[in-house]
Amino acid sequence: MDKRLTRQDHWHKTRRMTALLLILWLLTSFCAAFFARELTGWSVFGWPLSFYLAAQGASLVYLAILAVYAWRMRRLDQASRTPEPRA
Amino acid sequence: MKPSRTFFQRLRSYYLMFTAGFACFLIALAALEQEGMPRVWIGYLFMFATIVLYATLGVLSRTSNVLEYYVAGRRVPAMFNGMATAADWISAASFISLAGGLYLHGFDGLAYIMGWTGGYCLVALLIAPYLRKFSQYTIPDFLAERYGGAANPAGNGGRAVRVLAVIATIIVSFTYVVAQIYAVGLIASRFTGVDFSVGIFLGLASILVCSFLGGMRAITWTQVAQYIIILVAFLIPAVWLSAKHSDNPIPQVAYGKLLPKLSARENVLQHDPKEAEVRAIFRQRAADYQARINTLPASWEAGRIDTQRKLDSVKLRNASLLEIRAAERALIAYPKSADEALRAWSDARDQNLARAEPITPHATPYPGDPATSDIKRNNFLALVFCLMLGTAALPHILMRSYTTPSVHETRVSVFWTLFFILLIYLTIPALAVLVKYDIYNALVGSDYAHLPNWVSYWANVDKLNPLFSISDVNRDGVVQLAEITIDADVLVLATPEIAGLPYVISGLVAAGGLAAALSTADGLLLAISNALSHDVYYKLVDRAASTQKRVTISKLLLLAVAFIAAYAASTKPGDILSLVGAAFSLAGATLFPALALGVFWKRANQQGAIAGMVVGFTVCVYYMLHTNPILGGAAGGQWFHIAPISAGIFGVPAGVLAIVIVSLLTRPPDKQTLALIDYIRAPEQ
Repeated sequence: MDKRLTRQDHWHKTRRMTALLLILWLLTSFCAAFFARELTGWSVFGWPLSFYLAAQGASLVYLAILAVYAWRMRRLDQASRTPEPRA
Repeated sequence: MKPSRTFFQRLRSYYLMFTAGFACFLIALAALEQEGMPRVWIGYLFMFATIVLYATLGVLSRTSNVLEYYVAGRRVPAMFNGMATAADWISAASFISLAGGLYLHGFDGLAYIMGWTGGYCLVALLIAPYLRKFSQYTIPDFLAERYGGAANPAGNGGRAVRVLAVIATIIVSFTYVVAQIYAVGLIASRFTGVDFSVGIFLGLASILVCSFLGGMRAITWTQVAQYIIILVAFLIPAVWLSAKHSDNPIPQVAYGKLLPKLSARENVLQHDPKEAEVRAIFRQRAADYQARINTLPASWEAGRIDTQRKLDSVKLRNASLLEIRAAERALIAYPKSADEALRAWSDARDQNLARAEPITPHATPYPGDPATSDIKRNNFLALVFCLMLGTAALPHILMRSYTTPSVHETRVSVFWTLFFILLIYLTIPALAVLVKYDIYNALVGSDYAHLPNWVSYWANVDKLNPLFSISDVNRDGVVQLAEITIDADVLVLATPEIAGLPYVISGLVAAGGLAAALSTADGLLLAISNALSHDVYYKLVDRAASTQKRVTISKLLLLAVAFIAAYAASTKPGDILSLVGAAFSLAGATLFPALALGVFWKRANQQGAIAGMVVGFTVCVYYMLHTNPILGGAAGGQWFHIAPISAGIFGVPAGVLAIVIVSLLTRPPDKQTLALIDYIRAPEQ
């Protein structure tokens, strides 16, 4: 917020964040599905961990990704906004 | 910001009033039911009240303004856009069949939950905000502009890309819309007793009044109302069942406690000698069919003579008319030729073998021996991948990113979309477990003389393809689990009765299923007719058309497409319905690479996009034709044992590869295109 971002900086940061969140998205999906058998032994609140992840956990992570993205992008957009108001 | 805030508040109060009104309607109906109103009237009332409601909303938001018609004036607040998109997204399949699918397949069915929610990450991160910044009307618009090509600076360069995108949009959306209209007919006919095709045309009328009069604007406001109905209809039975079985009315939390109990019960049933007896009977029946198949054509000949002889003997001994009819029917149903016998008996053998299978454990991922288990895991991953990429490329969902007031609102809107979808999707696995728990404990082990009412009701709904069947196979008078077959489509519709709720809730669930099918059909029809009118007619045929003319053409095309889809649905095309899942692979392979690379890779050019779309589509279609028995393929042709529904796992990489290779081999995009990319990437001012 302290200094104005140039268009290029804005895009670089956007791209980096997109990449980070996509990696998180990929890891969540892949691990929940690929290691499902290994995770069965663990349990959260009664669910076997693998079932919980596939039924709720992964989807909630996706929701969190969307929330973080919308919030961080708003900050980025504001940081790069030109000071004079546009018509 | 001031006016949009008041607009938001006004909308909020409208919809709160609507919800309150709907609650009063429910209470009034429940009271009427107590007073003894017949069931069929409740069905009628629900059906007509909701259809009239949607039609009224459509009439109130009628418009012939281009901006309003195509993108709802770009002023739908994020939260409401999210609600409308969620209704757009939750199709008849999600509402009616998904919980049933989870009931039947246990863990492996969760691929749909993961895939259909994870796709929104791709929508938000890679596509939606950039489409909003681009601010046009359709998906082909974006692709055509982005891949305009240097050859033709007049803006016509994207012709080929536009045509390909339109074709993809239509193929993907059409199979999908037929399935929705089919579901409308099914629900309407089941709950009101009207004929299937009458049901279709009633549903069609409400779809048309809505989208025909007001386009995107009308369907947006209708979809918000439909979402509220869907949510209420889905949650009430689930909450009720959850409170009944676990003293915790929040199903999403409560079923964690029930899952271990269900697994324990499965284990008991698995080792029950009576269950083993029933399964052995089915195995024996399958073996009998196999024996007859082995001795074809002699066995066919012998069987035919035998059936004929039976008919003659009942006629000779002057048996009752009923017996003669039964013998006649048996002769008519007997295979007409040895080939037909082979097919019929193979089917019967497979059905019996399937019923002889041991219980699928609900919570265990990828059950089976190590090799089968690995194949199941790979298919799970592939399916999740295809559903995600397909979600991120469905035109009727992406189209909705054009309707918000700003890019930021689009991002927030995707968040709300997933939020509202999750309210339903987190309940679906819970509902499957709750119903399974109920059936395994209450129905299994009960006495055939005292079956609950819903059993006989649902067993008699469709005689040809029974949705629910139960018969005392081993004749011990007690219900065994192996004696029950349940169709995925019946589970949600029957839940209120299974839970012992009043009939008014059954009507509500049917209205919810209707809302889910209608809202999705609205969005899809608009996606198809916009692609035809905006992209084909306006952009390719008549560039000089007035805005008035454009909207009129669009409405006429909508009408035409709707009737074609309704006609297709009224022929009950089982094959089309089974192909709906394939739409995701096709959308993902054809549109997703071009959309995502269009934003993130400047070097992608027109030739690359054309190659990518063609290759992605071709690979997908080839794989499906090659491996799907319905399309004349054979399961033996599968690569890495991947099921045909996940053809996108090969199609998407092929499409990406084609874009990259062909783009690098041909000229880079011109300055104009690069400027466009910079523009859509730039922050909003």
